[in-house]
Order: sequence, then C-alpha cells, then structure tokens
Amino acid sequence: MKGANLGEFEELVLLTIASLASEAYSVAICDELEKFSGRSAKLGVVHSVLNRLEEKGLAKSRLGDATSTRGGKRKRYYEVSHTGKVALLKAKEIRENIWRNIPGFNLEGSI
Amino acid sequence: MKQKEKATPPRWATRFLHWYCRPRLLEDLEGDLNEYFERNVQQKGARKARLIYAIDVIKFLRPYTIRKIEFFNIFIHWIMIGSYLKTSRRSLVRNKLFSLINIIGLAVSMSVGLLVISIVTDFYSYDDFQGKKNRTYRVITKTLEKGQTSDLKLASTSVEVGEKIREAIPAVEDVTIIRREFSGDVKVGDATFPLQATYADNSFLKIFTFPLLKGDVTTALKNPNSLVLTEKTAKKMFGNAEPLGKAVQVDTVSFVVTGVAKDIPALSHIDFDALVSFSTLDGNHTDSDLHSWANIWSNYVYVTFPGKVDPATIQPALDRLSVQENKTLPNRKVWVSLQPVGEIIMAGSLSNNVGPAVDPITVWILGGLALVIILSACFNYTNLSIARSMRRSREVGIRKIIGAQKSHVLGQFIAESVIIALLALVFSFALFLVLRKQFLGLDKNIPELLTLDISFKTIILFILLAAVTGIIAGFLPAVFFSKINALVVMKDASSLKIFRRIGIRKALIVTQFTLSLIFIAATVVGYTQYKGFLSFDLGFTTDNIVNIKLKGNNGALVAKELSQIPAVKGISKSMMVTSLGSIHGTGLKYHGDSAVVWLNTVDEHYLPLHDHKFVAGKNFQLRPGKGKESEIIVNQQVLKRFNIANRNAEKALGEIVDVGGIKLVIVGVLKDFHYGTLENKIEPVIFRYSAEPESFLNVKIASKDLPATLANIKTVWQKLDKVHELDARFYDEQIEAAYGQFSMMIKVIGFIAFLAICIASLGLFGMVVFTTETKLKEISIRKVLGASETGLVFLLCKGFLALLLISALIALPATYFFFDKVLLTRFVYHQPISLTEMLGGAFIVMLLAFLLIGSQTMKAARNNPAKVLKSD
Repeated sequence: MKGANLGEFEELVLLTIASLASEAYSVAICDELEKFSGRSAKLGVVHSVLNRLEEKGLAKSRLGDATSTRGGKRKRYYEVSHTGKVALLKAKEIRENIWRNIPGFNLEGSI
Repeated sequence: MKQKEKATPPRWATRFLHWYCRPRLLEDLEGDLNEYFERNVQQKGARKARLIYAIDVIKFLRPYTIRKIEFFNIFIHWIMIGSYLKTSRRSLVRNKLFSLINIIGLAVSMSVGLLVISIVTDFYSYDDFQGKKNRTYRVITKTLEKGQTSDLKLASTSVEVGEKIREAIPAVEDVTIIRREFSGDVKVGDATFPLQATYADNSFLKIFTFPLLKGDVTTALKNPNSLVLTEKTAKKMFGNAEPLGKAVQVDTVSFVVTGVAKDIPALSHIDFDALVSFSTLDGNHTDSDLHSWANIWSNYVYVTFPGKVDPATIQPALDRLSVQENKTLPNRKVWVSLQPVGEIIMAGSLSNNVGPAVDPITVWILGGLALVIILSACFNYTNLSIARSMRRSREVGIRKIIGAQKSHVLGQFIAESVIIALLALVFSFALFLVLRKQFLGLDKNIPELLTLDISFKTIILFILLAAVTGIIAGFLPAVFFSKINALVVMKDASSLKIFRRIGIRKALIVTQFTLSLIFIAATVVGYTQYKGFLSFDLGFTTDNIVNIKLKGNNGALVAKELSQIPAVKGISKSMMVTSLGSIHGTGLKYHGDSAVVWLNTVDEHYLPLHDHKFVAGKNFQLRPGKGKESEIIVNQQVLKRFNIANRNAEKALGEIVDVGGIKLVIVGVLKDFHYGTLENKIEPVIFRYSAEPESFLNVKIASKDLPATLANIKTVWQKLDKVHELDARFYDEQIEAAYGQFSMMIKVIGFIAFLAICIASLGLFGMVVFTTETKLKEISIRKVLGASETGLVFLLCKGFLALLLISALIALPATYFFFDKVLLTRFVYHQPISLTEMLGGAFIVMLLAFLLIGSQTMKAARNNPAKVLKSD
C-alpha cells in the first residue's frame, strides 16, 4: 500500500496540523513550521505535502468561510483524520521503542 | 490600507493559474498566494511582491495541480453536434438575407482561393511523375567573363562537367547529358516535317521516367543517328504505320527510329518532340569546342544519387573540379553546383532555362490576393454575426443556464461558421470550374504551364481552406457569444452592449473598402498606363505593318510574290523587329573609343516604310553585295555616346566608324526612337545595310479589309513553302503581346477588384439593413416629432459615408505612391498617373455604396410611423 509509512516532513506537517487545531490552513502551517523548526518552509512544498496527506487519507480538509482578506478566497482547513492519528501514534511508538533500546542514555536523568 | 489595495498581483499570472489549475485546488491556492502577496507587499514592496507571485504561480505548475483533460467536455461537444446543426440551420433559414450575403461572399472569395490552391499545387507537383525525382539533380552554372562585374547564372552547363562528374563525385549513380537545338526538316516518304529535337545520351531514359511504348530503353539512344519519337510526333509522321526501325532523312543525314516514347505529361520541366542520340553529335559535329569547359550555353547535365543527398556536401568536390578546369580558360571563370530537380520550377529565372520558371514571389502575390478577398468575406460574416448577436443572445443564455460552458458556446459558433463555409464551398467549387476555364483562356501560355486538374490532394486542400475560412470568420463572434453573461441577457437582452464592439466593426468596414478602392484604382491606373504603352509614340510608325517570319525562305522571292497582291503597299526586309523587347548587340569603335550598341540590319525600304525620321542625311544610297557594305545610319544617342562631331548631326555625316572590323561611313542620323521596350532608356542604335537580311519581311498593307489581305498572304506563302506554317503578325499586335504580361496582370487585378467591391458592398448592404431595422422605432418617433425625410436619410447615412471617406483617403494616396514610387519606376517612359481617372474609379465605388445606403435608408425614412409604432 502506497502511504503506510510517514515521511519525516509529512510527520512534521501532520503534527503541526494537530497542534493548530481548528486554525490549520496552509499559510498558518507554514508559519508554524518555521517557528518550530527554525528553517523556512516553502508554501509549494507544504502545499504538495498537504495534498499528499489528504490523498493518503491521513488528513481531511474543508473550505472555510469567505473573508475580505486573501482576495476574497476561502481557506482550506485541515484536520488529522483517524488514520492520521493512528499513524502519528505508531510513529511515536516506534521512536520511543528505539530510544528505550539505546543503552546508557537515560531519559529520566538530567541532560 | 488603501495603498495595500492598490497593489494587485499580475493579471496574466492569475489567468495562467486559472487556466492550468485543477478547480478543486484553485480557490484556496489562489487565496494562499494572495495572502503571501499581501504580506510581501508590506515587507518587500509591490514590485517585488508581483515578481514573487508570478514566480510562485509558475512554480506551482506541477503534475498534481494541473487540470486533467476533460474528456467529458469533448464528449458533450460530440453529443451536441446534432443540436448545433439544428440551431444553425434554423438561424440560416430565419435570416435569409444575411445567410445569402454570407454564403455568396464566402463562395465567391473561396473560388479565388481554390484557383490559387490549384495553381500552387500544380507548381509544386511539377515532375512528380519522375520516379527518381527526389534523388535527381541538375548541374547549374555560374560564370563570370573577364572584365565584367556581375556573374551570369545559367541552367545550362558544359558537356565536360557531365563527363568528369563521375570522377569528382564517386557517389554519383548515373549521369545524363542533353543538348538542345537539334533542328531540321524530316523527310518521310514524300512528306516533309519541321522537327525540333533534343540530343540525349543513353542514360537519359534510365534517369527520367519517360517510358518507351516501343523500343528498348537500354539501347534506344546508344548508337549514332538514333531517333526516339514521342507518340504524338510518331503519329504525325507515320500515321498508323509502324515507326520502329524505319529510316528517315533529316536534311542530309539518315536516322533510324529506335523508340517511341509515351507523350510527355503536362507538368514536366523537360519537354521534347523527339530525342536524338548524343553520340550523333560526335559523329557529325565539326565543332571541336563541344567538349570544352567553356561551352556552357546549351547543354544540360543531370545526375542521380542512390539516395537523397544534401547538395552542400557535394559542393566542395564540384568546387575543386571548377578550380582545376578554370585554369584552362583565359577569359572566363565557370563554377558549377547542383540543383534538386524538385526545385527547378520554383527557383526563379536562370538564363537558358528549359521549361517554365516561376518566381516564388508570384506565388506569394497570388496567395496574398486570394487571402485579401477571403478575409474581406470573413469580415462580412464577423460583422453581421456580431451585429445580429442580440437576436441570438437569448439562445446562448439558455444554453449557459442549462449548463453549457464557455468552451461549448465557443465550439458551437465556430462549428456553425465552419458549416456555413463548407456549404459555401459547394457553390464556390462550381464557380471555380467556371473560373478555371476563364483563367486557362487568359493567355495561350497558361495551358502549357498549368493543368489545374483536380486531384485528391487538391480536394483535401479545398476542404481545409473552407474549414480555416470558417474558423477565421467565426472566431470573433464565437468569442463574443461565449463571453455573454447568461443572467444579464435573460433579464434584458437589449442591455447587451453590442455597440461596444462598434470600433472593430467600423475598422473592418474601412479595411474592406480601402482594399476595394486600392484594387479599383490600381486597375484604372494600370489600364491607362497599358493603353499608354500601346499608343506610345515609338518614333516610327507601326500602322498596318505585318511582320512575316521567313523561316529560311528566300526573302526576295517571297517579297516578289507578295507584291503581286494589290493591297500590299510596300515590303521591306529586316533582321529583327524592334520595340518588342528582343535586342541584338554589337561593338562599335570610333577614334579608339568602343562600346556596345544595338543593331538592326535592314534593306533600303525599311526606314521609309516605318517612317523613321531623319535628323540629317538620308537613307542608304549604295546597293552593295554581301560583305561590301560601307554605309551606316545611326541614331542621335550614338553621336551623344561617342561625341561624334560634337553631337552635331549635320557635321557627323561622313564620319567613319568601325563595326566588327569594317569601316562604315555615317550617311544618316535618325531621330531617337524606341528600339527596346518602354522599360529601357533609349540607347545608341545603328542600322546596317543588307540587300538580303535574314529573318523578317515587313509588309505594309493599305487594305480596309485586313483579314482578306492576310488570307491572300497565306495563299502565297503556302504556294512557296509547303513545310512551314506562315507566321505573320500585325506589328501593333506584336507590341500588344510584348506588354502581354502587363495586360494579364490588369485583367487579374481588375477581376479581383470586381470581387472585392462586390463582397464589400454586400457586407455594407447587410450592415445598413441591420442598422435601419434596429433604428426603425427611433426613426418613426423622430418623424412623428417632425423630422424631414432628407434629414432622416442624412442621419442614417452619415456614419457610413464617413467610413467610406476615410477608406478613400487611405486608399487613393497609397495607390498613387505605390505606382509612382514602386511600379512605374521600372518603366523609363510612361504616362503621368492621371488623377481624374483614379478619382473616377473611386467615385464609382462610392456611388455604388451610396446607392446601397441611400435606398435602404430612404425605405426606412418613408415608413409610415403609425404602422411601426402601433405594433408595439
């Protein structure tokens, strides 16, 4: 199956969608990503990832209401779908499992 | 805030985005771009923001954003064709006048297009019957004589090239050499036939596809004194008897007929009545010069390659050959190159060419004329369709509401105009058949040049032309209809701003009439110029003089017999007929100065018969035998050129000049006359005396009944020469023929002018009818309020009259300058351009248009206002 695994950037975008809750639309996601990761997120890249996430069924989208900004064009809001949540949790679990297996690297200790 | 609103993203970029982007993604993507744009305007300024926006739009052009081709859309077109046909038919039938104008206009104009297509197709299908057309090349020559500055380009070449080309280019498959100018009288039994034939070597029939009906291709031209006849020639000579193997006598030499070739197809650049084996030349020809590198005047060499080659790759080898052989020539340089057989016809004129040569510019002019006429008819369609758009806008509105998209409406109207154009094609084909017959009859050379047969290829091109015409005609109306806003038209059809497009329509009308006026003015000016050439005072008289080609007969004998005819007033003999464009040059020396002068050799009757005017001196006095002449008569230009006796004619008498090593005394000075055509300046001309100059008899006849006298001349001729046909023509007719090209051009342009005026007038008529119809209510109200009929006519007319005036103001000066600065500069002597006639031509067109406008507006103005207003 095509989209069983999450790519790194896909995961980041999906997480951002989740963190933005009801305000997750493309430009906001870009801004948020820049803020978190410190590197610039191009709209073109994010847009195609969002499109792919939706195709894979990991995210859902709906058009918002028209406003006077953006030339009167509506925003497309994204939210994480059920499969998306499962995929995120699974990714997190895999990481944690691997973290745990690293000897001499105690997460509970001070860094 | 206001500043921000001012800055908008570049429109083209947005449009581009709309065009390519998937509808589902479009809205939020455009929104995102807008948001970024606004942000960038704030941070980086409007200009940079616009640039970034444009770049982003282009960057978003990715597989996942691009709109899929909507097969469904095309499918709908397919389903709807039935509906389009139905509505088109209804609209055609409902508006009979407009349909008629459109169909007639398109049919007439396309028939010209069809003619041009078949002409051009003919040009391009020359030599198509040759099996090896694509890999056969002709060797052509460029030569420069010592002391001359410009080189001469020849279609002919030397025999030596044909003999050496195999060594120079090993890739050559086959070579053939042919030579023109075999002529003689063939004796078959008791009968004698004049024969012009071509020398050809044994490879000729292998390279070219001229199949033999009888005889063997591989050996027919091998042995000396072999003769291959065409079917037609064989039939003429032998009737139904078997020609193969028969011996015939040509002058003194005996030939054997070794083959009969199928008659040559019309579209062949090589044409012959008979072929004579090339080996015959070496047997009989005493001319040791034949195989020289410099003998480049009447031989033609063709080569074939195993496949198509690029002549440029062969050129270095030919250049090496030329350089090597040029070393043997003291006075001349000769270079050879290859020319594909397929390009021979369209290569323009080379000297010594065989077959027709067409300047590519002719094709462009023909195409241009057809295009102008067709465009004019398309303008009619466009104009009338847009003008009538109000009546069909509701149909479009309903289609749109039901779900038709822009592209559907566009398709519908283009389809409609294409259907109309195809309908017009049927009529135009019938017209074309008539036109073709007329065109072929226009000049006797045309049927030899063109067949204008209809083939599968031309039919396809005809249909293509109709389709393209339809698309051009229907494009603007289709765009117009597709932009109609459904809601607006449904609410109130009259709110549609049809008159917003009035600028375009006015421009189209002005263009049409400008072109029509240019054509008519050109015809009128051309015709007066042509008449001027014919009646131009050449400096001598040509009235009632018949020039007879002697064809080798004894001039004195024929003259004696002809003088028995009572109507014959005088007979003279000359070497050539002047003022027809043919020239004969010779060198003249005077006190160490030498130059080329033009020559005619005449007997003592020539000058008085043609009424040449003497400035000083008189006609030839002595009657010396051949080679003993001592007198010469010159024109004033000779005195001027050589500065003889300070250009004083009286004192120049008795001066001695040297022509070809013979000392001649000037006994007469003629007033300048036109030796060449009016395209050339008057140049130095000399007359030499001969009691028996070859070639022509000039017979002056005084009869009122010219045909009867000609018939008498013919009887006398037939008694004296049973072999050759009489070739006698009136001098005036010969002059007319010398300017025949000009007269043909006038006929063609005149015809085009006629068509252009008809089409433009039709269109104008349609527009006037439409305008008066739409303004009927306005007119009625004005009338009720007291407007006079003349006032109303003026009101309706003035718009159109202004347009006509504008076209006249553009067209007339344009034509004048074209003739004055371009065309007539070619002719040194011509009449001044007559303004009155030019204005007269324009006036007729204006009058016609005025009648059209006037009659319609008058009709509208005379309407009873009560009737019009009552019905509403």
